[in-house]
Amino acid sequence: MLQYIIRRVLLTLPIMLGVSLVCFALVHLAPGDPLVSVLPPDASAALQEQLRQLYGFDRSYPEQFLSWIGRAIQGDLGTSIASNRPVAAEVMRAVSNTFMLACVATVIGFLLGSLFGFVAGYFRNSWIDRVATALSVVGVSVPHYWLGMVLVIIFSSLLMWLPATGAGPGGSSDWVWNWEHVKHLILPALTMSVIPMGIIARTLRALVAEILAQEFVVGLRAKGMRDFHIFLHVVKNAAPTALAVMGLQLGYLLGGSILIETVFSWPGTGFLLNAAIFQRDLPLLQGTILVLALFFVILNLLVDIIQSALDPRIQRG
Amino acid sequence: MSDGKVLLQVQGLQKHFPVRQNSFIPGGKRVLVRAVDGVDLRLYEGETLGVVGESGCGKSTTARLLMHLIEPDEGSVVFDGKTVGRDLSLREYRRQVQMVFQDSYSSLNPRLTVLDSIAFGPQVHGVSAGQAKARAEDFMQRVGLDPSRFGERYPHELSGGQRQRVNIARALSLQPRVIILDEAVSALDKSVEAQVINLLMDLKDSLGLTYLFISHDLHVVRYISDRVLVMYLGEVVETGPAETLFKAPAHPYTAALLSSMPSMDPDHRTEEAPLSGDPPNPINPPSGCRFHTRCKYQASMCQQSAPSLVPIQQQAEHQAACFLHHPRSRHPQAIKP
Amino acid sequence: MASQGEERSDGYWRGVIRRFLADRVAVAAALVVFALVLLALVGQWITPADPFQASMLKRLKPIGTEGFPLGTDELGRDMLSRLMVGAKLSLFMGITPVLVAFLIGSALGILAGYSGGFINGAIMRTIDVFYAFPSVLLAIALSGALGAGIVNALLSLTIVFIPPIARVAESVTTQVRHRDYVEAARASGAEALTIVRVHVLGNVLGPIFVYATSLISVSMILASGLSFLGLGVKPPQPEWGLMLNTLRTAIYTQPWIAALPGVMIFITSISFNLLSDGLRSAMEVKQ
Repeated sequence: MLQYIIRRVLLTLPIMLGVSLVCFALVHLAPGDPLVSVLPPDASAALQEQLRQLYGFDRSYPEQFLSWIGRAIQGDLGTSIASNRPVAAEVMRAVSNTFMLACVATVIGFLLGSLFGFVAGYFRNSWIDRVATALSVVGVSVPHYWLGMVLVIIFSSLLMWLPATGAGPGGSSDWVWNWEHVKHLILPALTMSVIPMGIIARTLRALVAEILAQEFVVGLRAKGMRDFHIFLHVVKNAAPTALAVMGLQLGYLLGGSILIETVFSWPGTGFLLNAAIFQRDLPLLQGTILVLALFFVILNLLVDIIQSALDPRIQRG
Repeated sequence: MSDGKVLLQVQGLQKHFPVRQNSFIPGGKRVLVRAVDGVDLRLYEGETLGVVGESGCGKSTTARLLMHLIEPDEGSVVFDGKTVGRDLSLREYRRQVQMVFQDSYSSLNPRLTVLDSIAFGPQVHGVSAGQAKARAEDFMQRVGLDPSRFGERYPHELSGGQRQRVNIARALSLQPRVIILDEAVSALDKSVEAQVINLLMDLKDSLGLTYLFISHDLHVVRYISDRVLVMYLGEVVETGPAETLFKAPAHPYTAALLSSMPSMDPDHRTEEAPLSGDPPNPINPPSGCRFHTRCKYQASMCQQSAPSLVPIQQQAEHQAACFLHHPRSRHPQAIKP
Repeated sequence: MASQGEERSDGYWRGVIRRFLADRVAVAAALVVFALVLLALVGQWITPADPFQASMLKRLKPIGTEGFPLGTDELGRDMLSRLMVGAKLSLFMGITPVLVAFLIGSALGILAGYSGGFINGAIMRTIDVFYAFPSVLLAIALSGALGAGIVNALLSLTIVFIPPIARVAESVTTQVRHRDYVEAARASGAEALTIVRVHVLGNVLGPIFVYATSLISVSMILASGLSFLGLGVKPPQPEWGLMLNTLRTAIYTQPWIAALPGVMIFITSISFNLLSDGLRSAMEVKQ
């Protein structure tokens, strides 16, 4: 087991390196001068040169990459060109906001999705199954940013029950779990939960149906095992995969939250990414993408390890 | 037969498969499956050589090595005096030696019609599409399938026996001289099996073919083979003319195999199970003679060194690898010539 | 499967079509998709009003206004016409990346799957690096880097979809590669390219294609999402995602009009998903 973990971790290292390489390349393939947002149009050549040296843009690409990586490992992701604050601090703050949102969304999605998926798989081909399946197809097909807009229309504009944007009166910097704050979380989290709900429902439906159809379950029934025990047995067998999917979805939401955060003006990583792109803030952009991608990779790694710990038959890599 | 021409010959054929095992952890051993460990084989023109042994003894791997579907670690294949890969191109060799596999269904491309499957081989070697189709139809006739009824069908529309006939036709379409049959009839129902075996024997006579017939079914091997080769854990333990071997097996393993055959004669029922224990692991074969752990004649020398193939009763054609038969052997139960 | 070879059963494709047609949901989805594609092709010629004609007087008229059955947008243009014309760009942005990614991804995956060994390792490890990004993030990062515009958006989406398709292609090809009939083909002395053409492609492209169709709805949503963020199609081109963006300010005044473009995206996406599911079920049945 330990050997498997070590091997898996070692295999991830080249991927992380590759990811940072792609990250760096992505950002630098952008046409245009990275300093354009900071410099006034009539800046002197000397000033331009000075700023360029300050940010290191005058060095060769490999040098820039290596020095960026070197500092990143120590926790320094550079300074944002637009805001002049350290990138690492900004990203971490945004990450904590998105993480909160994504976690709540994943839990909601997981609970609802499991319910639908389980029910659909258990009562295969009945009307319950059809309804549950329909809901999960909807979950996977709906453009979530549009759904967000619709929810805002209904609950904010028409009913005026919930706020449309933002993260609470004091922003997210002083978050408290009271209604004043939580009411800002509800709509975005609900919107976000639809995707994992759909996927988990679909996965579980197939899985549950497959487990129930296995011949030894029929054998268990024939032995007189009561339904409740069979239910527990199904849960035990479906749990590893379900948890794995949930973990992966969490990672996916962390990285892909930008659309919903834009709709709700939620101050998370997606929002930050948006700003970085339009302000062409290279250090911020690089840092944000790197952190998000690495989060995803590490999450995948954790999911793999936990899954193989729970079910030794699954050993990927 | 055995003073005829040697058509196919290998010496010292060897293939070890590495088992993937923690290659990242320093100090991890490289573990090998010794699938084929030093096999010598001669196939004479016009004969049927039966190859028998339990699962895992390396028969299928040997077949694939002979076909060059896998690269041997050691030993080269010599066909008609020419070394494959050196004097004879792989492509040319493949025209001469063909194979029929065990699973009739997975041997056929589910997307191609029967005729297309059979015509593929000739077309690869330059035959025009029209001629290839005509040849395919001809061979279908020979294996007993009416091309007008079966030609345009897909594999899933045929029964197991019919599919195997298609596989045989496909092997024949290249007009080879040797056909290797790897458990070709093992998956068929008994009645169908009998039909296919008779078909194979007819084809051999009418087309002048040479067969290498691999099987674990000893009755069939006895019926169809001129000579037999017995394999155990990647090595050849006995070889000889079929009748001699079946009537008077020299190697203890062969004897045990034969006595474990269910008897066809109610007056001579098979009573005890002559072989004890499970076949050992080809990853860690026993030292010395590989069979010694299950042999009722085992002596201390059997554990220390491996016996080589020696002629039995001064017959050059019948050989066994056992210390019981070695001249001047010091085995306590050695058989004096 | 116990046919004794006496009655002819269906060829493979006929069986697929038959099963597909028996699935009512799939057929309905196929019809909707067909209608949408038709709309995309001829929509611009059958609009009731000019989708580009703006009028500040007629801004944000509600649904049901005379002459404007679905109301007008924030610049006074007829919603119905704009929605119809938007179909072309939205579907184009959704389908094209998947199509191109299907070609490139399949080629890479089949090459990796058939070759095995070092080539497989090189190709798949590189693909793994891209696969390690969540797709939304990658799409946006790429788009952000390349800049707004249709071509850039198409490029970035294509790159996003190549890894998953290549992985499926490699997996399926590796399975087929080890089947006996491929070994038999090798044993007849055929060359690799011939074997791939005759034996591998026919058995591999089907599953890859079905997987690719399941990506179309994702692509549509992502493409519209990019336009929604201002990274894809630029105004005044009519595209559903972009329309959602520009109508956001109208949420409080004309909420239902603001939601309309999303309805179209939703309908298209769900139809493609159901169609893809139907195709997969039809093709999956073992004989």
